[in-house]
Amino acid sequence: MGAVALTACGGSDSGASNANQNGDAKDVTLTITGNEISGGKNAAGADWITNYVIPKFEEAEKAKGVNAKVNFQPNGVDDEAYKTKISLDLSTGQGADVVAVDGIWLGEFADAGYIKPLNDVVGKDKVQQWDGWKQIKPAVQQVTTYDGNLYGVPDGTDGRVVYFNKKLFAQAGLPSDWQPKSWNDILDAARKLKSLQGVTPLQINAGTAMGEAATMQGFLPLLQGTGQSIYKDGKWQGDSQQVQDVLNFYSKVYGPEKLGDPLLQQDAKGRDKSFQEFSQNKLGILIESDYLWRSVINPKTGIDPMADRDSTVGWAKIPAESAGKGPNGAGFVSMSGGSAEVINPKTKYPQQAWELLQFMSSADAIKARIGSNPQISARDDVNAEILSSDPLLKFISTEVLPITAYRPALPDYTQVSAALQKATGEVASGKSAQDAGSGYEKALEGIVGGSDKISK
Amino acid sequence: MADDGDVAGLGKARATAFLAPALLLISVFLVFPALWTLYLGVTNFRLSGSAARNPKFVGLDNYINALSDDRFLNSLGLTIVFVFASAVVGQSVLGFSIAWTMTRVRKPVRAVVEFFVLLAWIIPSSVTTFLWYALLDRSNGTLNAMLSTGHMAWLLQYPLQSIIVFNTWVGTAFSMLLFSSALASVPPSQMESARMVGAGTWAQLRDVVFPHIRGHALTNTLLITLWTFNTFTPYLLTAGGPDDRSNILPIFIYRLALNDGALGQGAAISLIMIVINLVIATVYLRLLKERKS
Repeated sequence: MGAVALTACGGSDSGASNANQNGDAKDVTLTITGNEISGGKNAAGADWITNYVIPKFEEAEKAKGVNAKVNFQPNGVDDEAYKTKISLDLSTGQGADVVAVDGIWLGEFADAGYIKPLNDVVGKDKVQQWDGWKQIKPAVQQVTTYDGNLYGVPDGTDGRVVYFNKKLFAQAGLPSDWQPKSWNDILDAARKLKSLQGVTPLQINAGTAMGEAATMQGFLPLLQGTGQSIYKDGKWQGDSQQVQDVLNFYSKVYGPEKLGDPLLQQDAKGRDKSFQEFSQNKLGILIESDYLWRSVINPKTGIDPMADRDSTVGWAKIPAESAGKGPNGAGFVSMSGGSAEVINPKTKYPQQAWELLQFMSSADAIKARIGSNPQISARDDVNAEILSSDPLLKFISTEVLPITAYRPALPDYTQVSAALQKATGEVASGKSAQDAGSGYEKALEGIVGGSDKISK
Repeated sequence: MADDGDVAGLGKARATAFLAPALLLISVFLVFPALWTLYLGVTNFRLSGSAARNPKFVGLDNYINALSDDRFLNSLGLTIVFVFASAVVGQSVLGFSIAWTMTRVRKPVRAVVEFFVLLAWIIPSSVTTFLWYALLDRSNGTLNAMLSTGHMAWLLQYPLQSIIVFNTWVGTAFSMLLFSSALASVPPSQMESARMVGAGTWAQLRDVVFPHIRGHALTNTLLITLWTFNTFTPYLLTAGGPDDRSNILPIFIYRLALNDGALGQGAAISLIMIVINLVIATVYLRLLKERKS
């Protein structure tokens, strides 16, 4: 623990001075880490690093006369646990040289001094020389920007939709081209699905066990559907009417009608189980990101593969509370996040780490990664070539990304998110929306320091 | 020779030299971390964000917040129930019963039983928790299949009870071993005499066995109380949930300090826990002394 604070306090050395350290080393060792593991979570990404990035990069370096050795540290855990691990790594000056992060963590890490602007770590001219920036839209570059500084290279974005199981829909007499236009449409469909034996009609993530998934796939898109954002004009959303609307929706789902399964929200492995149920035709409707489609129920590489995914799984835009109730009169909403790679400022080989990162973010490398398993990448050239082959990703990039919203990249966000998870979890296990809402506002005051930063 | 306490005749310098390595280790691994915890406990130090770089002094706020926090009090209450039920009652009673029963069975039977009880203790906890998770699982759990209880979610509906049974199961081996050797120290002649005069099992236990093993029982209770008070393994089963219903103190601190990132708060509560540990240890040591004098 001592080392934590000591290195954290002693972070005054300017990165620029050692950006060139070991710049012409002949023997280089680099390590990549991410929350991906062969045979488990994000297996495709892990295999890509082991089978493509490492051998190709080492080969390319060898041609330049550099003896590079690249290691991969895989992880296959909940995002929160992964974040804790890399926070501890970075805080002690340890850890991999190239680290995969969620864009939303940047603010916290930067404020703590765990990561530094790319310009400081590898040198401004080196950063600008990379031709990849032209392919990454400014909106996507926001994923790795904090306080006006670029901290890493974005490697993709995503979008959230309502997934539904067409087989179950057919049994319940619901259409296969379903597109709910209000929250009530979702509830009505769930009520019809309720008549099927052994089927959970609806899953709206709630509770702390779900972690960020409860905020991103649950609370925030719903709040967006009331026309309100969690953070606007310098203020966080308190226990407002809109927040109450969202919490009341939760009580309709998990209350007496039991349209959703309240116990699943409390289960330490609840999200994984919801995936399993969905893949086994036991769950009717689920809000998730394209991650579900690509990595979970993917017939080839998924954790819970669905052989008939393409014909069984349908998707629709997430409706606003009622028609036109979304921001600026929008009828549909979504939320997006972005992932990225950053360079550990304590790396011994900043230049080589930057080369590795550029290599990983090159068009060829990204195509190699997502070629057979498309994903919305950060690069326009790759997206143009690849997304058309996948109907869901095409849908998200053309229909969902234009209406989506991003989380505020503020250090307080994760704590606010935890408070929201708690409130939704409480409602799911039977507390009234009113009590949960006032508890949330009280927690919020503690987090952001006073009620003047809260709007109602 | 004057009684200066220097029985070995080492002299001060050499005695100090012998002690130095141990003292150094204790300082590095025990005293320094404890002092550091004390320091962190009065700051708003966090795992990330600006408070990670520049922690501010907040005085006793962390302690006041903890002591007035429902979550902390809930956690303390759960811990007391957990320790009492799984260690003081569960492990001791079960451990003693097995040890007592084993004194009167044939050797091979005894060896087999002890082997299995010990197995629970020596298998790594990550493995045993996985087995228990499979046993208690809601969808395909073994227990549900055995009892035909359908889809009972044991870990969600009875989280505290589940980790109590689990911890009893894991820790019984230690009590059993300790009581086995304690029972061996009971003079067979006294047992024989008791039986001759017609004492029943209960009378034998009360009048012959317990007076001999009371010291062992106290030591056993002290050790398992402290271990259970500080155990983190149930995290692997329930992660403190659902809704904090199995959020015993070590888990509470872990979640607060590392998941929520509130290292300062976590340090403050850790210190409260150290104090509770010291109190428990002092009480037991007193009892032990009283018995001897």
